[in-house]
Amino acid sequence: MSFMSILIDGLSLGAVYALIALGYTMVYGIAKMLNFAHGDIIMVGAYAIYSILMLHVHPFIAIGVSVVVCTVTGILVEKLAYKPLRGASPLAVLITAIGVSNLLQGVAQLVYGSTSRSFTIYDFGTVKVFGAEIGVGTILTLIVGAVIMAALQIFVMKTKTGRAMLAVSEDSGAAKLMGVNVDKIIMITFAIGSALAAFASLFYIIRIPSTTPTLGSMPGIKAFVAAVIGGIGSIPGAMIGGILLGIIEQICKNTPIASYTTAIEFALLILILLVRPVGLLGKRRREKV
Amino acid sequence: MALLEVKDLEVYYGVIQALKGISFEVNEGEIVTLIGANGAGKTTTMQSVIGLIPSKAGTVSYEGKNITHVPCHKLVKLGMAQVPEGRRVFQELTVYDNLLMGAYTQTDKKLIKETIERIYERFPRLKERKNQIAGTLSGGEQQMLAMGRALMCRPKLIMLDEPSMGLSPLLVDEVFTIIKDLNAEGTTVLLVEQNAGKSLAISDRAYVLENGKIVLSGTGEELLQSDKVKKAYLGE
Repeated sequence: MSFMSILIDGLSLGAVYALIALGYTMVYGIAKMLNFAHGDIIMVGAYAIYSILMLHVHPFIAIGVSVVVCTVTGILVEKLAYKPLRGASPLAVLITAIGVSNLLQGVAQLVYGSTSRSFTIYDFGTVKVFGAEIGVGTILTLIVGAVIMAALQIFVMKTKTGRAMLAVSEDSGAAKLMGVNVDKIIMITFAIGSALAAFASLFYIIRIPSTTPTLGSMPGIKAFVAAVIGGIGSIPGAMIGGILLGIIEQICKNTPIASYTTAIEFALLILILLVRPVGLLGKRRREKV
Repeated sequence: MALLEVKDLEVYYGVIQALKGISFEVNEGEIVTLIGANGAGKTTTMQSVIGLIPSKAGTVSYEGKNITHVPCHKLVKLGMAQVPEGRRVFQELTVYDNLLMGAYTQTDKKLIKETIERIYERFPRLKERKNQIAGTLSGGEQQMLAMGRALMCRPKLIMLDEPSMGLSPLLVDEVFTIIKDLNAEGTTVLLVEQNAGKSLAISDRAYVLENGKIVLSGTGEELLQSDKVKKAYLGE
């Protein structure tokens, strides 16, 4: 494979990781919790697309349904599992998130069984870019991923709700004093994070067109690594961390040490945390009295 | 009828009782001050009144309505604003965005624009620095921003928690002048201060808070003359 195709493939995989990492980082920034069930939203999205495609409808309908299903799942998980624990110890919230993750996987296994389901969304074919043969799906992932991330950045910086999200993430008490309904902002954050995960899910199954109940685990944990590398709580950090991880993964996979790819990614995490404990773009939070 | 009426308010932090049943009122158009030493319960009172921390017993009424269990974000819509202790401006947002956050409950875009202009007039430094990240402002400028931000919702009642803390004497005077001006323009003020001398001098009425209880109350002038206040808070 030429370096160009590795790079484009890496960027595209990075966009997938970045979309998932955004969900982790936004929820962490605003609700101050690690939502370990976030990866499983990808699996929910994949099964949603699979189920709708079985009805022989246009793939776009399947994608639309998947975004809706993921968003609703995210909102429900927040409302039923996390909201009652507002103000509880972080450990209680963390173990609940792991429980939700197990629950989602269990339900998927109950409904669809544990064998892998293969399907094709659409055969995009390939094109030549700078002399390298590259899948159109890969390029679409890259372009759509970039557009979504740009839109998110504009939403956060330029709209009233986006500003309120930044304010809550910095000081939720002061945001309340401005009249911000923090519970509502947390719900919106879960909704956005889950919708982004739906797109990540779509791009992930364009790469590997099959799904199992544990589909979300690996991309979920890698995106979490990406969010921590970029600085958890930072939106640009999640984007950079995701892209970085995607490129490194594709480069490693095309060298003789390909089987160590995952180990290398986690080693990178340790290395970055040793040098910069807050991640690349993370800010040291001043302790409030 | 008082604009704000607090009756037998009790607040606990775990098993520790921070407020042991305090009662006070703020009438429309007044400046009312709570003075007291560190740990007396001043900030707890402010945060409990605006619904940031829950109370265990007692009631808070605003314009005759019981607001004891109304969440903070709804109180802002009713015309209450608070400048919290330590200013707590949004460090990573610009001065302008901080002011817009203050107008979060406002929907009339034209009115928001007008209010911003009025705040720029009152605090010219904020206008000069409107595109600057708030975290880079000096302490005094951050206090001005915190006050300007609270004024963005055009409150009937503004509650200021130690606005003079950590400021140079010149800025302290400026802050008290602004509070007097705001009041003269019709905003009711509830002030919490450690600077007893300056705050009592501008207050219509005041209360002295000690260990979660109100131990003394009267007009600002009366308290300034009281031996107890002189000894404990004015260092005379």
